[in-house]
Amino acid sequence: MNVMFYVAAVVAVACTVRVVTHVNGVHALLYFVVSLFAVATIFYLIGAPFVAALELIVYAGAIMVLFIFVVMLLNRGPQSVAQERSWLNPRAWVGPTALSLVLAVEVGILLFAGDLELETQTRVAPKEVGITLLGPYLLAVEIASMLLLAGLVGAYHLGREGGREGGREGAHREPGAGR
Amino acid sequence: MTSVPTSHVLLLAGTLFAIGLVGLLVRRNVVFMLVSIEVMLNAAGLAFVAAGSHWGQADGQVMFIFVLAMAAAEVSVGLALVLRLHQRFRTVDADAARELGGEGVASPAYGAVAADGGDE
Repeated sequence: MNVMFYVAAVVAVACTVRVVTHVNGVHALLYFVVSLFAVATIFYLIGAPFVAALELIVYAGAIMVLFIFVVMLLNRGPQSVAQERSWLNPRAWVGPTALSLVLAVEVGILLFAGDLELETQTRVAPKEVGITLLGPYLLAVEIASMLLLAGLVGAYHLGREGGREGGREGAHREPGAGR
Repeated sequence: MTSVPTSHVLLLAGTLFAIGLVGLLVRRNVVFMLVSIEVMLNAAGLAFVAAGSHWGQADGQVMFIFVLAMAAAEVSVGLALVLRLHQRFRTVDADAARELGGEGVASPAYGAVAADGGDE
């Protein structure tokens, strides 16, 4: 199991370096998703299966979708066709695919062979996490909900078209041409 | 059969955090800066979970859930700001927003871009 941790760690570091150094936004996000997969594998290996699932669902699912939407919104215009063509270049997806395959092999080993070995690792079950979250940390949960509400209101206020600053631009834009 | 040493997990978290910090300092594209912040938050969450796993307590995972909620709120507001910046300046260069310091500080190139964007 130690070896699997080091393999996943190398995958995570390699992907994160590519995220920071890549010039193409969508490619960098692709590498970031693989990096999140690797970190989720590490979470599972160090005995936190609930957090591994949350990492996949919230980070790799929800937050990455937000990023991809914004990158797509910023890439409008005629040059987007050429960009789309360049995105289908095999060179773009071979790297993330190879690194994902390494992680997939690891998950397969964990599923079919690693069950006995995992019992030596101290494991914190989801039930314990839930009891702690809604017990001593109840006030923090309420504060987090207020933070999320503030984020929702702020994002809505900043993102709408007819704002104080955006009204000038939005008024002259024909309907259908805008977002 | 030994378990993963906590120091190695913390070393990995530190490495990921350093990579994210370098990305935040080096890149000028606002979207990439937000992604770098996500990398750093993720590394901090990894350190929390590693510490919680070291002592067999659930607190580390609870803190990771809070980091996750904070990251979601931060990303939604940050990306709305990126869209706003792009609408106004037609660029995602972080240096385009320097006129927040006053009209005299704004560089002529971005001033022209801003005027174009406003007239559209």
